[in-house]
Amino acid sequence: MTRGLKTFGLAAASLLAMTGLALADYGIGEPGQIGLQAAASPIAAEIHWFHDLLVWLITAITVFVLALLVIVMVRFNSKSNPVPSKTTHNAAIEVAWTLIPVLILVIIAVPSFRLLKNQLTIPPADITIKAVGNQWFWGYEYAKDTGNIRFDSYMLTDADRKDPATQPRLLAVDNEVVLPINKTVRVQVTANDVLHSFVIPSLGVRMDAVPGRLNETWFKATREGIYYGQCSELCGKDHAFMPIAFRIVSDAKYAEWLAGAQKKFAAVSDDSRVAVNQSPAAKTAETK
Amino acid sequence: MATAASHADDHAHEMPHGWRRYMYSTNHKDIGMLYLWFALMAGIVGGLLSVAMRLELQEPGIQYFNGLAQILQGASPETAVDVGKHLYNVFITAHGLIMIFFMVMPALIGGFGNWFIPIMIGAPDMAFPRMNNISFWLLPVSFTLLILSMFVEGPPGANGVGGGWTIYPPLSTSGQPGPAMDFAILGLHLAGASSILGAINFITTILNMRAPGMTMHRMPLFAWAVLVTAFLLVLSLPVLAGAITMLLTDRNFGTTFFAPAGGGDPILFQHLFWFFGHPEVYILILPAFGIISHIVSTFSKKPVFGYLGMAYAMVAIGVVGFVVWAHHMYNSGLSLATQQFFVAATMVIAVPTGVKIFSWIATMWGGSIEFKAPMVWAVGFIFLFTVGGVTGVVLANAGVDRTLHGTYYVIAHFHYVLSLGAVFAIFAGWYYWFPKMTGYVIPNWIGVTHFWISFVGANILFFPQHFLGLAGMPRRYVDYPDSYAYWNKISSYGSYIFAFGVVFFLAGVVYAYRRKELAGNNPWGEGATTLEWTLTSPPPFHQFETLPRITGANH
Repeated sequence: MTRGLKTFGLAAASLLAMTGLALADYGIGEPGQIGLQAAASPIAAEIHWFHDLLVWLITAITVFVLALLVIVMVRFNSKSNPVPSKTTHNAAIEVAWTLIPVLILVIIAVPSFRLLKNQLTIPPADITIKAVGNQWFWGYEYAKDTGNIRFDSYMLTDADRKDPATQPRLLAVDNEVVLPINKTVRVQVTANDVLHSFVIPSLGVRMDAVPGRLNETWFKATREGIYYGQCSELCGKDHAFMPIAFRIVSDAKYAEWLAGAQKKFAAVSDDSRVAVNQSPAAKTAETK
Repeated sequence: MATAASHADDHAHEMPHGWRRYMYSTNHKDIGMLYLWFALMAGIVGGLLSVAMRLELQEPGIQYFNGLAQILQGASPETAVDVGKHLYNVFITAHGLIMIFFMVMPALIGGFGNWFIPIMIGAPDMAFPRMNNISFWLLPVSFTLLILSMFVEGPPGANGVGGGWTIYPPLSTSGQPGPAMDFAILGLHLAGASSILGAINFITTILNMRAPGMTMHRMPLFAWAVLVTAFLLVLSLPVLAGAITMLLTDRNFGTTFFAPAGGGDPILFQHLFWFFGHPEVYILILPAFGIISHIVSTFSKKPVFGYLGMAYAMVAIGVVGFVVWAHHMYNSGLSLATQQFFVAATMVIAVPTGVKIFSWIATMWGGSIEFKAPMVWAVGFIFLFTVGGVTGVVLANAGVDRTLHGTYYVIAHFHYVLSLGAVFAIFAGWYYWFPKMTGYVIPNWIGVTHFWISFVGANILFFPQHFLGLAGMPRRYVDYPDSYAYWNKISSYGSYIFAFGVVFFLAGVVYAYRRKELAGNNPWGEGATTLEWTLTSPPPFHQFETLPRITGANH
């Protein structure tokens, strides 16, 4: 509850109360949501904290400007003040409105730079995976010493979604990426054809997938659950239809999944791998 | 050069009639009028595209673009959905390019700039009148090329450029091999050439043709704004021209500037594009700043507060605006040090912008404000631009941009500064100068009603997009997960209200033209002190045949 309140202030909260809208959930947007998706990693939590600080600051600044405008409109309209003053300079106030914003920016810069450093300094990783953007699906690889599997992940079409409650439209995929909780996961991101962007809001991760480059990012999920993201760099007609789905599970469940996945995916030779994993709907999409 | 007005050959003063008057025009006021009508036309096209997009996004799923694909691109019922998805991308691309290159820039720089820069500095015309003509007439050609691109093949099996206005490779090279992209590139080249010629003209005019006594520090702020804008154009557009030329040779002549397979790098294009693209957004807003300063001063019946600070704040925004481009690329794989630099540089821009906001308020402070239509729009501008500005400070922080980049939050941010900023300033300028340009009064209630429709509509349209972005909805999506339906529906309703406001505006303009109530030389009274209010309305075909002599600062 505090997330919504903190994020858009009391006015938004009263609006929320009026419409009875739901609040931010993990891994997926909620109807009528007005804040960030709930944080499920330390970086995402830090983003939330910093964003909340910024929202307070910018709301204060906006309200301050609005208040000044209202005062001016009330006190200095032609009816209440028929004779205009001729003041055109005031060195003190001009210096003040230059220096005070500088101070506010310095206050913003300190946590901003700390967050940036935490995001870009990748700690020693427990598991390394690679996400490869393609038109229009994601391919995933687990590094040799941490899983050693490869598979592709396609969006489920409406026909393939058997259970709409657990398989949300445009987000559910045929092969989810499964990873253990409380482990540092390094994600290498690249693309095969055009630009894509790898994003999972609840985990605080965003990295462009660029052909010919190997970008890196990381996260450490601190809560079990399913976390969705969507391709975020325009990549052609099915840009909106190549979601990202990461399922965070306990160590034991992960080991179980990995054993099954190694059988399911690694047994397939590289040449036929794509064909086997592709859903029939995706196949048709690709041939179009 | 101050003698440029002394072309004493009388036959040059005959006013040509019919189509020749405009086609061959070398008159800054006629060319300004052409620019304004062109911007109006392009704005309607770009606006219709956006209404179509909002209509599609009103509900989850694809409802309209499959049908549009069949109507516009002759897609068969089986391929309609796929072609429709691409068509949506074509619409977002065309909407962006049209609004930037064919609506805001022609209206603010070509339109109001051409009309009022020579008059405000006491010059008879622009420095290069014939170049002024070509810089306008390149635009319709460029616009035609862009429209044509929507009807030739882009990616296999579909028409038009669907790469976004940023036209990032490889989607704009190997991703769309058809000729549509080439049409768009040539269109951009011509639009760029047009703007460069215009910019050279403004710089030369402002630096050389000021009337006696019109020193730089006495110059009206709109002239300062256009001068800074013109420098930004001259310095940034050639970089875009280079980048899209490389795109063209990558596409057609086997070069690999942006193709990793040949040793190139797609990120290089992003650097080049945004080295142009970021100054471009200041190109769109600086002239708006100038207009707002005049309107605020006129209707407060006070000179601009902190004139020098206002002028040099614009210069500072222009200079710093050249070293912030990579804040559009925080997630492309830039190093920590690079991101730190661009965070710091970007936040610095907030300081001169704040100086402008506070100086406008200080201009009003102590004034005797008449809330006529232009002033209502200007006050709306100041507030809405502040809202757009503070979300810009949020996005400047790479750490938070990590979660907001490429989402509707960014859409909301730049529409607050452009659609609610630049466009509100265009309407403010329109209501302010319409009596001067046409000689007719536009009834005050029309401008004020139009303002309230637009203000309500635009806020309903764009404010919920902040929520969508925070919740993670990516931009450039033809369809979205069901959880984003609520605010998308609200946002679409706002779009229809805003569009109704535009229809109301057009009707109001027609009404004013038919009503023919004469405005007189200065309909705004004592506060309107710049030189255009000393002339008749509309001004004579050639003004200032005897140059005015400026004795005091009357900005």
